Parts: sequence; C-alpha cells; structure tokens
Amino acid sequence: MSGHTVPADFSEHMLDLDEDEDLEVFTKNTSLPDGSPLPNSPSSMVNQYRLEDDDEGKEDANTKDIFVTVDHPESQVTAIETFILYRVVTRTTRSDFDSSEYEVRRRYQDFVWLRSKLEEKHPTLIVHPLPEKFVMKGMVERFNDDFIETRRRALHRFLNKISEHPILSYSQHFQVFLTAQDLAPHRKQGPGFLSRMGETVRAVANSVRGLRSRPEEFAVMQEYVDDFSNKMCCMDKVSQRIIKEQREYVDDLKQYSPTYARWGELEEELTEPLKGVASCVVQCSKEAEEHIQHLSEVLVPALHEYVLCAETLKAVMRRRDNIQAEFEAKNEALLTRKAEQEALQEEVDVLADRMEQANNSLKGDWVRWQHSMKTDLRSAFISAAEKNVEYYEKCLAVWESFLVSQRAEAGGGQEDVA
Amino acid sequence: MADSVSREEVAVISNTDITSTESENNIINTMVERGTALLRKLEINVAEAEKRTGKNTVNMQETYTVYLIEIRPAETEGGTPAAPDTLWRRYSEFELLRTYLLVTYPYIIIPPLPEKRAEFVWHKLSADNLDPDFVERRRVGLENFLLRVASHPVLSNDKIFFLFLTEEKGWRDAVLETGFQDKADSRLKSLSAMFRVKNPDKRFTALKQYSDELNSVISQLLRIRARVADRLYGVYKVHGNYGRVFSEWSAIEKEMGDGLQSAGHHMDTYAASIDDILEEEEHFADQLKEYLFYTDAVRSVCRKHELIQYELEMAAQDLAQKKQQKEELATGTVRIFSLKGMTSKLFGQESPEQKESRLAALEQSIQEGEETVKEKNTECQEFVRAAWDDIEHFKEQRDKDLREALISYAIMQISMCKKVWTFILVCILCMYINS
Repeated sequence: MSGHTVPADFSEHMLDLDEDEDLEVFTKNTSLPDGSPLPNSPSSMVNQYRLEDDDEGKEDANTKDIFVTVDHPESQVTAIETFILYRVVTRTTRSDFDSSEYEVRRRYQDFVWLRSKLEEKHPTLIVHPLPEKFVMKGMVERFNDDFIETRRRALHRFLNKISEHPILSYSQHFQVFLTAQDLAPHRKQGPGFLSRMGETVRAVANSVRGLRSRPEEFAVMQEYVDDFSNKMCCMDKVSQRIIKEQREYVDDLKQYSPTYARWGELEEELTEPLKGVASCVVQCSKEAEEHIQHLSEVLVPALHEYVLCAETLKAVMRRRDNIQAEFEAKNEALLTRKAEQEALQEEVDVLADRMEQANNSLKGDWVRWQHSMKTDLRSAFISAAEKNVEYYEKCLAVWESFLVSQRAEAGGGQEDVA
Repeated sequence: MADSVSREEVAVISNTDITSTESENNIINTMVERGTALLRKLEINVAEAEKRTGKNTVNMQETYTVYLIEIRPAETEGGTPAAPDTLWRRYSEFELLRTYLLVTYPYIIIPPLPEKRAEFVWHKLSADNLDPDFVERRRVGLENFLLRVASHPVLSNDKIFFLFLTEEKGWRDAVLETGFQDKADSRLKSLSAMFRVKNPDKRFTALKQYSDELNSVISQLLRIRARVADRLYGVYKVHGNYGRVFSEWSAIEKEMGDGLQSAGHHMDTYAASIDDILEEEEHFADQLKEYLFYTDAVRSVCRKHELIQYELEMAAQDLAQKKQQKEELATGTVRIFSLKGMTSKLFGQESPEQKESRLAALEQSIQEGEETVKEKNTECQEFVRAAWDDIEHFKEQRDKDLREALISYAIMQISMCKKVWTFILVCILCMYINS
C-alpha cells in the first residue's frame, strides 16, 4: 500500500505473539513500532489505517460519471401474479445519455434479462452475479421483509458493479435498462430463446469433443477458479455457522439476568450489585445481537456473493473453452477436408479472431476482477472485524461502569484504573 | 500462595489488571484480618497436591491425591520466614474433620469443603477427580476451608482442629476418642426426621427459607453458566475453522496471501484463547459453589434449632399432661380420659394407699419434668443466642465475599474483552498491511 508508515518488521513482531506474556507486553506497550502512541480505543486505531485506505477509494469516486441506486421495493399485485418492483435511479453526466437523471421501476426478471444480454454480448467478460432466485433452504418467504431487503442490496451492488465495469457500463442494454420507462418492448427484441438453445447445443457438442489443450495461463486460471470456489463455499458455511452459534450463545446468556435479579430480591446489602450485574448482562446481550445482525447484513452477503461469482467464473471459463473448441473443430475440418477449402478458411479465420478476442477480453477482465474481489472481501472482513471490536469495546464499557458504581458504593481504597 | 499475611485494610479492588490469584488473596486477607488468636500465631497454606497409591479398606489398590498442609509461625518484623511444619492429608480426612465440627458445634454454620465430584460441568471440563485442573481447584478450596475455620471466633479454638494441622499420625485416634460419632448418628437421624414445631421461631423460619431460595438461585446460575460456557466454546472453535480456511486461501492468492496467512494464524490463536477464558471463569463458579454449599450448613443449623425447639415443646407438653393427671388424681375428677381412670371406674376405686403411692410417683415425675423443661429451655436459649451470633457473622462475611466476587467477575469480563479485541485488532492490521 502506498504511503503506509508502518514498517515491515511489524509483522514479525506480531507473529511472535504465541505466549500470553508476550501478548500482555503488547497491550502494555505505550506506543506502536513506528512511534505513534497506542490509543486507548482500538476503534480509533483502526480508523487511522482506514483513512489512508479511503483515500485510494476517493480517487476512483472522483472519476465516476454515473451513479445508480436501487431502492423502494413495492409490492405489485396483478390478476396473475404478485411481484416486487424496485425503483432504479440513475444520475449521470455522460453525453450518450439524453438526460442527466432517470427514474424507472424494475422487477427481478428485468435484471435477469439485462444480465443474460450482457453475457450474450460478452461471453468471456466476468459479469457480476445476481442474487439467487428464491432460496428454499432457509424457509424464507418470498415476500419476507428481510429477504426483500437482502435482495435489494444485492441488486444495487449488481448495477453498481456493471456501472463500474469499463466495458459493460457502456452497453446499450444497460442504458436501455436504466432509462426506458417500459422495458417490455426491448425485451422482445434480439436473439431469443431459440438462438440461445442453439448455442447451448453447439456448446455441448463441442465440449463432448473436448479441448485439444488449454493455454497455460487459462489452465492456471481454471485451477485458481476451482480452488477459489472451494474456499468461498467454506467461508460461506463457516460464517453462517458462526452466526448460528452466536445466536444460541446469546439466547443462553440472556437467562442470566432474570436469575441475578431474582437473587437480588433475596438479599439486602447485595441487592444493588446483583441487579447491576443483571443489567450488565442485558446490555451485553443487546450488543451481541447487534453484532450478529451486522455480520448477517455485511459479511454473509459478501461471502455469498463471491460464492456466486465463483460459479460465474466457471461459466466464463466454459464459454471460453467452447469458443476455443469451436475454432479447433473447424480448423481440424479445414485440415482434413479437401473440398470447400476457401469457405472453410474464411470460417476458421472468423473463429480464430473470435477466439483471440475472447481470450484477450478474459485476460483483461481477470485482472480487474481480481482487484475488485480483493477490495470487496478485504473490506467485508475488516468491517466485520471492526464491528467485533466495537462489540467488545461496548461490553467493556458496560462492565467498567458497573465497577465505577461499586467503587462509589464502597467509597474507600482509590487506585488508578490501569 | 498466601505467603505473606497482610495486615493492611482490604482495599476495594480497583486495579483492573488483577488476576484471579490476586483476587483470591484479597478474600483470604479479609478472613485473616479478623485476627483470631490462631491466625495471629500461624500461617496456614495448602501448598501442593500429590498422587499416591495404596491399599484401601477393602485391600484393593487405589490412587488418590494428598494435599500438603504447611504451617508457619506468623511473620515477625525483620525476621526471615521460618521453615514450615508440614503434613499430608487426603480429602477424606478433611471430611472427617468437618463432620466432627458439624456434630460438636451444631449452632455454628460450618464452612463447606470444595465439592467431592465435579458438578455443573460444561462439556470439556473433566469430571475426573484426578484431572490436574480439578485437583488444583480443590487445593485452593481446601486452603480456603482451613482459613475460614482458622478465622472463625469459635472454631479456631478447637483442639481437634489444631491437631489436624499439626499431628499427622495421631489425629485420627484423637478425633475418634471424642466419641463424636455417636452424636453423629443421632444428629443424622434428627435431621431427617419429620416433626412439626408448634411455635416456630420466625427468624429461623425466615433464614431457612432464604437459604433454600439461595440454594435454588445459585444452582440455576451454575447450570446457566455451564450452558453458556459450552456455547461460547463452540463460537470460538468455529472461528478456528476460519483460521484454517484463511490459511488455505492464502496459498492460492498472490497478493493478499501474506495478509491472509497472518490473519489466519491469529484467528487460530483467538480460537485457542477460549480455554484460558473459561478456566478463569471457573474461579467465579467455585466462589458461587462455596455459597451453594454454605446453604446446606445454614439449613442444618435451622433444623437443629427446630429439633431443640421441638424437644422443648414435647417436654413442656409432657409436663403439662402429668400435672393434669396429678390434679385429677388428687381431686378424683376425671376430666381427661385415661385408661387408669376408666378401669378404676369400672372395677372400683383403688385403696387410699395405692392412691398415695401413685400421687408420689407423679410428683416425682413432675419434678423431673420440670427439670427437663428448665434444661431444654436453657439449651434452646443458649443455642439461639450462639447461633444468631454466628449467623450475623456469616451474613457480614457473605456480603463482603460475594460483593468482591461480583467485582472480580466484572474485572475478568473487562480483561477478557481487552484480550479478545487485541486479537481481532491484530487480524485487521494484518489485512491492511500486507495488501
């Protein structure tokens, strides 16, 4: 990271922290290795680093010329069905837009249409995934508030990812999606269901023949994609498990406070501290619930999104493979068949160009995607960790104020709190 | 542990970095401060524990633990601490001592021993009596017990207690010679007997009720604690899975790799920290358990009072009946049905000589009865006075001990928060630095 003031040897210092004693030393240090004082509040320390990070982000924000939001989900009831309409607002300074502000209403299927058009036009670009259709496993009701909100956020992210993409954001379909009051006429145009079927059949046929050989860099990519997909699925599972365990923990923790309160009623001198402890537990439980809420709103969707990304990557790799396979098949035909040489040669050239373009698109987009992935996941983990720190800070404050109240009660023996 | 006995005022715990050991010392200092004659002379420690094997009463090999009791003369100014006198005792000997005290001082709330078997365990904690953690906590509990007895105004003067601390071989015989075991049997019988007192002492009734409710509340707290500990353990361990996946993930990333690796490593350390956290909490649980067991001792005193009260009432009732009989006999009227009265009615009056001798016997009986009632009355009053003295002493101690326990619980929570957020902070920094 550019401009970072923390010296390289800091990480070695941290890797030594295996013994408790070393850790004590770490916390009792009054300054960081670079000389700046260790703040009493961990959050402030994180913010210090965060600000530097944000500077990088701000640069990108300055060059952005299109802003899209998805909000205001509203239920629509017709004779045939019920569905949710989302409001999509666009603000832009781009010249190829007639106006600078647009407001339209779109339903989930419209997003699906947009994405499939983008993938069709750019088979080897990495198009951000949409939230899943309808998740049965969680027993989530389709019109449950949480589900709608989660979906809305994901749709918002989707459009933003498209608008940030150097190629996709200039797509005609994207513009139409953002601006047309009524999308229906546009949805009927262009290669439809049958042509998609044809493509699928060809793809299957080609894949049966198999690839001659994958170029090295794409072989590496494929391996990465498989590993990445694995890791993301694991992460997703672990995160969901953590939330489950924490929920159960909080449920049991809550039982302390009525019991302490009951004890308080039995006593006389001890009533006040016992009720104090009961109240501390209540407050800490609330903080814990907030923390869990944040995890399920920020970390879990981010990880889940990249599980879906991994699937997208696999599809992209397949399509690239198919394009190569098609070329190879035609090329083989050119070499083996003696008749129709000229016609075949033309086709082979077209396919060769197509393949080269596909490969280059993918290579370019791969770098962009990797960078974006790292930023997104890092930010999600850091945000989750920060919230975790905040949770402990708040709990600490709760217990400290209890101690202060007890000290006030006792009245004697003042010493400095470490 | 309690190597030097402090004569200072016990300061309110305000140092938030205090460890559980130091917190224990504060409670021990509280007891010592009471300044019994015994503690002015001696310092008492349970310093060590050791495993032994030997043959038991049915001639089978068994493994058991013995605890080293160290006695030192109390520190004099400027002097070097003298070498301690030591002896080894096993848990069953402590039990014997306690039973002796229970029987000999039925009006005193006898301090409890640490639990015989590990109760209220959460899943990982070993319920095995030979587990080193359990043994260590028991050692602490036994020392606590000895100090509580040694700081008690009445119990500290007991000769058998003194011998327990000083006489390794001859102690058992000395205890048995007191003949307390006969009283022990009758005491057990009385405690389990069902009887109804006509005029219960309201203070004792209230105390027994309090004790029962306290028992129920603390039991519940300990059960909740076991469940919460189990859950928290689960949460931390799942974070360990994070650590593993982070490390695996770092292997396939080129740029983020180092950051992920470090973060993963710290996640593992975070996951492992739960063992220490729960071990520290165990200390608080032990403090609660002590008072849980105290409720049994309180209940026992209340029951003993009930028994004495009942005996007094029975004696008084008995006396009243005899007086009634005498009156009837003297006046010839039968107000109360009695077999004698009926038979004399049926079979004719008795002779004046017979009547005289019966009257005399009754008179004798009444005199004895009056003596009994007087004795029982005195016994009851004495008991109430002595017991209530001790109960006040107990209440004071309870308030102080539990307040300090709650405070050190809060301190422990604070230190845990600090420890944990340090780990997380380090993880965050890893992610920032290496990317």
